[in-house]
Amino acid sequence: MSDTIIKVEGLGKRYFIGHENQVSYTAMRDVIANNVKGFGKGIQRMFRNDASSSISGEEIEEFWALKDINFEVKKGETLGIIGRNGAGKSTLLKILSRITEQTYGRIEINGRLASLLEVGTGFHPELSGRENIFLNGAILGMSRTEIKTKFDDIVDFSGVEKFLDTPVKRYSSGMYVRLAFAVAAYLESEILIVDEVLAVGDAEFQKKCLGKMSDISNKEGRTVLFVSHNISAIKSLCSKAILLNQGTIAAIGNTSDIINKYITNKQVETDGIVILDPKLEANVTFTKIWINDKEGNPNSDIDVQNEFILGLEFNVLSYTKDTEITIVLSNTSGVNVLFSSLSDDNDKTFIELKPGSYCASISLKGNFLVPDMYTVRISAHYPNKLNIDTRENIFRFNIIETGSKMAIYGSSAKSWCCVMGGAEWNLQYNSLL
Amino acid sequence: MENKYHLILEPGRSEKNYWADLWRYRELFYILSWRDVRVRYKQTVIGIIWAFLRPFLTMIVFTIVFGKVAGMKSVGSAPYAIMVFAGLLPWLFFSSAFSSASESLISNANLLGKVYFPRLIVPTSAIITSFVDFLLSFVILILLMAYYRYLPNFQMVCLPFFMFLAFLQSFGFGLYLAALNVKFRDFRYVVPFIVQIGLYISPVGFSSSVIPQQWKLLYYLNPMVSVIDGFRWCIIGDGAANPFTGYFALSLGITILILVYAIYKFRKMEKTFADLI
Repeated sequence: MSDTIIKVEGLGKRYFIGHENQVSYTAMRDVIANNVKGFGKGIQRMFRNDASSSISGEEIEEFWALKDINFEVKKGETLGIIGRNGAGKSTLLKILSRITEQTYGRIEINGRLASLLEVGTGFHPELSGRENIFLNGAILGMSRTEIKTKFDDIVDFSGVEKFLDTPVKRYSSGMYVRLAFAVAAYLESEILIVDEVLAVGDAEFQKKCLGKMSDISNKEGRTVLFVSHNISAIKSLCSKAILLNQGTIAAIGNTSDIINKYITNKQVETDGIVILDPKLEANVTFTKIWINDKEGNPNSDIDVQNEFILGLEFNVLSYTKDTEITIVLSNTSGVNVLFSSLSDDNDKTFIELKPGSYCASISLKGNFLVPDMYTVRISAHYPNKLNIDTRENIFRFNIIETGSKMAIYGSSAKSWCCVMGGAEWNLQYNSLL
Repeated sequence: MENKYHLILEPGRSEKNYWADLWRYRELFYILSWRDVRVRYKQTVIGIIWAFLRPFLTMIVFTIVFGKVAGMKSVGSAPYAIMVFAGLLPWLFFSSAFSSASESLISNANLLGKVYFPRLIVPTSAIITSFVDFLLSFVILILLMAYYRYLPNFQMVCLPFFMFLAFLQSFGFGLYLAALNVKFRDFRYVVPFIVQIGLYISPVGFSSSVIPQQWKLLYYLNPMVSVIDGFRWCIIGDGAANPFTGYFALSLGITILILVYAIYKFRKMEKTFADLI
C-alpha cells in the first residue's frame, strides 16, 4: 500500500469553442442553417450528439483548458493550486470532482472525495435555514443521519440559530455564506477539494473558515486541495503548491517557492491591462486601464514591498477646462481606501484638456496599501454637476504579502486597516526612570 | 487498507460505480423531490388546493365538452365524469412528469456545474414530484366515486401496474428529452407541443371504443393509450375493454424500447452536461 491518495497522469481537457455563438448551448436553427443542404443532416447530428458535433460547422475552435498534467498527492497533504484566471484551476478541480470528464489521461483516487466548488450549492431561497442544511448536505453527499448528528455543530458554527426557520432569501449575504460554509465544513471525507470559498464573508468569518480548514488538514489529517487567490491563505494552509499557467503545470514544489514564482511570473502579458470600450457620446471617455509593477511590466499581482503604477488612457473630443478625472481604490470589505484626482498635483482646480488622446498615471509606493484585492473605480466628471464617464468594477489588482511589516498579523490585517506606513515616527530618549 | 472508495477516472470509461453511486445517493431522489414539493406552492394564496383544482376543473370542462356537447358515450354504466377522470389521472401525471423531467436538468443547472452525483437522479426526482400530485388527484377520484356511489371492483388491484407503466413512459421520454434539452434548447418548445398533441391523440376526453378499427394500429402506437385504457378498466370495471388484449404487447414493447434507448443515450451524454449547460 502506498500513501498516494490522488494520482494524476497525463491529464488533458479540450473544449470546443464556437465563435459565433456567445451561448454555450445550441439552437437547432444553427445546426440546420449550417447544413443548408440537408435538414436531415442537421437533425441526424442532433440525435447522434457526439461531443464534437458542437455548435456550428466551420467556426469551431478547439481549446485546451488543461494539457499534460501530472502530479501526485500524498495522504494528509494540503496542496494549494494557484494560477491566474483561466489557467485551468477550476477545470482541474471539476475533473477531480467528477463534474466533467477529461479528454485524455488517468486519475486514480483512493478515498472518499468531497468537493466544495461553491458555497451553498443548491440552496433554495424559499426554504428555511434548517431545510437548506438538509438539502445542501444531501447534495454534497451526506446522509440524513449524518446531517442530523452534526446539525447542532453546523448551526453553532454558522451562528444563525435565531433564523433557522426563516427562508434564506431573507438572510443577509453574510448569514447565507456562513450557513453554507458551515454545512460544507462538516463534510466527512478523506479528501476535500475547495475552490475559492474563502473569498466570501466578513473578515472575522473568513478567519474562522481558515481556522476550520487548517483543523481539517492538520488535526484531522485529511487531504485538502485548495484553490484560492488569497495567497496568504495558501501560504498558511498549504505545504505544497502547484502553479498552473495556461493549462500546464508551470511549477510544483513547496509553497513559498511557488508563490514567489507566481508573483514574479511575467509570462502573461494580458493580465494587468484592460481595454475599455469608449462611451460614444461622452466628451471624455476611457479607453484603457493598466497596472505596471516595479519592472514596468503589466501585472495585476503586486508585491506589497514594491512601488507600482496605475495608469489610464482616455480620449477627449472637444476642449474642456472643467473636467475632473479621479481614481478610487476600494478593498474587499468595500471600503474606499484611496481617492486621487488629476488636479491633485496642480494649483488650479481643473486642468485644461485639448482634444486628443491622453495617458495619465499615478504611482504608489511600496509598503503602503495593505495586502488585499483592490477594485478600481475611475471617473471623468464635472464635480457635483455631471457624470461624464464612470467605470466601476472593471479592474482589480492584488497586493500580495511577501513579508512586509504587516505579515506577522496574518491575513486578518486587511480587516482592521487599509494603509500602512506614511507616518513619520519620532523617538526620543528622555531620561532614566 | 484497501479503500472501498478507490476510483479510477478515465475518458470514456463507463464507471462500474455508477449504479452503486446511484444507490449511495438514493436520499437525493427524495430530497430533490421534497424540495420541489415544498417550494411549489410557496407564495400562493390557496397553496396545495391548486393540486386539486387543476384536475377537477379539467374534468368538468371535458365532461361538458365531450360528454354533453359532443354527446360521446361513456364506458359501461359509469358516469361520464368518472370515465373522464379515470383517463385524466394518468394523463395529467404523464404530462406533468414528462415536461418537468425534460426541464429538470436545465432548471438544476447550478447543481450540475458544481457537484457530482449520478445525473439520473434529477429527472427521476421530477417524476416523483409529479407522483405526489397524482396521489392528491387520486383523492378527488375517491370523492367522485363516493359522490356517484360507484363501487370499485377487484380490478383495482392492477392499478399500480398501470401506474408503473405510466412512470416508465414518462421516465423514458423525459430522460431523453432532458438530455437533448441540455444541448439543444429547442426542445423546451417541443415539449409543450408534444404534450398538447398527446392530449388529443390519447383517450382522455373520450374512450378508445370510439376509434374505428382501421385506425387502431396507428392509434396504439401511442403507448399512453394502453395506460389510460388500463386505468379505465381498473377503475370502471367490467364495462371497459380489457386492456391486456389487442395491442397491449405493442405498447409494452414501445415503452421498453424507449426506456432502454433513453437510458443508454442519457448515460452517454451525461458526461458532457457540465460543459454544455
